[in-house]
Amino acid sequence: MNFDYTEEQTLLDNMVTSFVRDNYDWDTRCNIVKSEEGWKEENWKQFAELGLLGVPFEEAYGGLGGKATDLMIVMEQFGKGLVVEPYLPTVILAGGLISKLGSEEQKNSIIPEIISGNVRCAFAYAEPQSRFDLNDVKTSAVLNGDDYVLNGFKSVVFGAGMASHLIISARTEGEQRSESGITLFIVDTKSEGLTLQNYPTIDEYRASEIIIENLKVSKDSVLGEVNMAYDAIEEIVDISTIAACSEAVGILQVLKDSTTEYCKNRKQFGQSIAKNQVIQHRLVDMMIEYEQAKSILYMAVTADLTNSDDRRKAVSAAKARIGKAIKFVGESAIQLHGGMGVVDEYMVSHYFKRATMIGVLFGNTDYHMKRYMTLTQSGISSSDEAISVSVT
Amino acid sequence: MDTAFSQEDLKFQSEIKEFIKSNYPQELRDSINSKRRLGKELSREDLTAWHKILGKHNGWSAPSWPKQYGGAEFTPTQKYIFEQECAKAECQYIMPFGINMVGPVIYTFGNEEQKAQHLPGILSGEVFWCQGYSEPGSGSDLASLKTSAVKEGDHYIVNGQKTWTTMAQYADWIFCLVRTNPDAEKPQQGISFLLIDMKTPGVTVRPIKLMDGSHEVNETWFDNVKVPVENLIGQENMGWTYAKFLLAHERSGIAGVARSKKAIERIKQIASSEMSYGEPLIQDPAFKAKIAAAELELSALEYTELRTLAKDSAGKGPGPESSLLKIKGTDIQQAVTELAMEAVGYYANPHLGTTLSNEYVGPDYATNLSGTYFNFRKASIYGGSNEIQRNIIAKMVLGL
Repeated sequence: MNFDYTEEQTLLDNMVTSFVRDNYDWDTRCNIVKSEEGWKEENWKQFAELGLLGVPFEEAYGGLGGKATDLMIVMEQFGKGLVVEPYLPTVILAGGLISKLGSEEQKNSIIPEIISGNVRCAFAYAEPQSRFDLNDVKTSAVLNGDDYVLNGFKSVVFGAGMASHLIISARTEGEQRSESGITLFIVDTKSEGLTLQNYPTIDEYRASEIIIENLKVSKDSVLGEVNMAYDAIEEIVDISTIAACSEAVGILQVLKDSTTEYCKNRKQFGQSIAKNQVIQHRLVDMMIEYEQAKSILYMAVTADLTNSDDRRKAVSAAKARIGKAIKFVGESAIQLHGGMGVVDEYMVSHYFKRATMIGVLFGNTDYHMKRYMTLTQSGISSSDEAISVSVT
Repeated sequence: MDTAFSQEDLKFQSEIKEFIKSNYPQELRDSINSKRRLGKELSREDLTAWHKILGKHNGWSAPSWPKQYGGAEFTPTQKYIFEQECAKAECQYIMPFGINMVGPVIYTFGNEEQKAQHLPGILSGEVFWCQGYSEPGSGSDLASLKTSAVKEGDHYIVNGQKTWTTMAQYADWIFCLVRTNPDAEKPQQGISFLLIDMKTPGVTVRPIKLMDGSHEVNETWFDNVKVPVENLIGQENMGWTYAKFLLAHERSGIAGVARSKKAIERIKQIASSEMSYGEPLIQDPAFKAKIAAAELELSALEYTELRTLAKDSAGKGPGPESSLLKIKGTDIQQAVTELAMEAVGYYANPHLGTTLSNEYVGPDYATNLSGTYFNFRKASIYGGSNEIQRNIIAKMVLGL
């Protein structure tokens, strides 16, 4: 048992840390999010040069063959810098689906392009009625000769505005909430029949609503088997959830540390407010929440993610627990910063907003709590047998 | 990062399992379970039987001790496995006072004679220790303690009163913090660490009954007790340093993760038998959610503990972070004892599940769950209250 990084992982960690330090100071970040594009293509090129865009991809396609721990390292550091470039949507989410489901031909043509930074993808799955249910898909795809015709609407698609390609989930068969009958299509973002409404999110990232009207795509655009995409979607969203949790842990560390510093420096009644026990205990509780969040992230990262039951359980446990930590640490950070906490100008509110939105991403605390309970408590049957042991 | 067990770890795990299976006496398990359930006091033999068995086997009674002092010197993973397996098999836990507390102080700060005199008895479980720290006027403010030790020739003359001395009714020895210099500049500077034979004339033990009716703790009085100067650990007036060292050790075992896990399993079983709204309680969404919340917290704490263990093995001893384990571990123990009591509804009421004419009432599993809940309110108070632990973290970790 060890919680150390390997030599390669340490290098990766140092690399991302220096990227954030050198290219993502607070003023630079403010300028990036205020720009029309809402991100900086120059940074993306640098990710490519550093090899970051290849982290999770197999070596056969030019990637680094990284696993959950490697993604955690990248995302944790990105969290500390509130890096807005669409790494999670493109590399982890869409990239994960392509790796999982793509044909040899698709993988050979797309993955190297993602790694070199030429292609960015986004995954359009959520719909206005679906909330967090990945199986709830109304967008339809109907076979018409050699083409599919897609119609529907996709909600809050992160990174779509920066993407050259979209992966769209659509129903090719079955009822609206059936797990079978879902198919993925990979299409050019500029295709006729796609309308993107781009907008900034409350935490200064970018997302889009996507209207799909008679979008014609060839059979070659199908990613994986027709009707059979659900399991892969669930798996890759689970992996992406771990990535989001890692980003959150990075953010929580900044919130905890910067709030502690702030309280040491802020003077009222002639002394530092950190001299008050009521403040000290709140700071300690923030630290405990942060450590617990980090621990359950480690639990998820080191779980057997190739076993789908273990993976589901670990991911939902982590997301539910970290969601709780986000709320406590985030709200406490704002409270202890007092007036400085609620202004836009000071950075703490930005970290709080991002952490809170990660709380929603891929399912909030209640959603994952319910999933966790379903997975862990369905096996317990009622038994009349008395249990003759005490509980201590 | 890797938490998968290696081949050797798996081999170790089956070795432990096998050892427990063939060496833990079933009568002991049954007897302790039944006494717990009925709120009967555990005997000295109940508390030490397993310790004695482990003491005869490669130092397994002292998983953390270095081999040179007769311990097992388990790796962090082995310690974790050992605790898990013992909890799963409902083995009686080893009293911490010798193994986790005074033992490490003796082999770290004691002289050769003290090591030779005391370590073997602690390892074997033959000698029963208790802790003389708290006093009626010194709880959280431990350094204000007043029990005095005045040097007269070859002896210290000890006078004063200790309290909350857990299991002093069985103890052969007590390790005490005593004031040797009442005029020191700071209260911490006048304290010494003294080992006292409980059979010495002038030592009196009086029981304190807890709110569940149990007798775990005592008042211990010292009336002109003559203690040989050889029983001083380390240097005079340096006791506070040793005490702090000991407290950090005490906290590292205090999380009780494996035992809380086992307790949650039992609650799930109980809640499968109990009915609410015509369905097993385990199906009740509110109850289910509470169980799940406890599980998540415990799962996180398990990894916090593993991270601490891994850090320990990297040469850094348990530091102030162990306060975190104490706070969270006891939070969960309290949540779990409460859930167990809640699970049995009305049958939390009958005291020890026994009628005035000594007949049992209610389901077997319900007996004394409320007693345990009431008893466990102690957990966030002992070993340095959870508020004091927060003060420690604030000062030592956050630098406030």
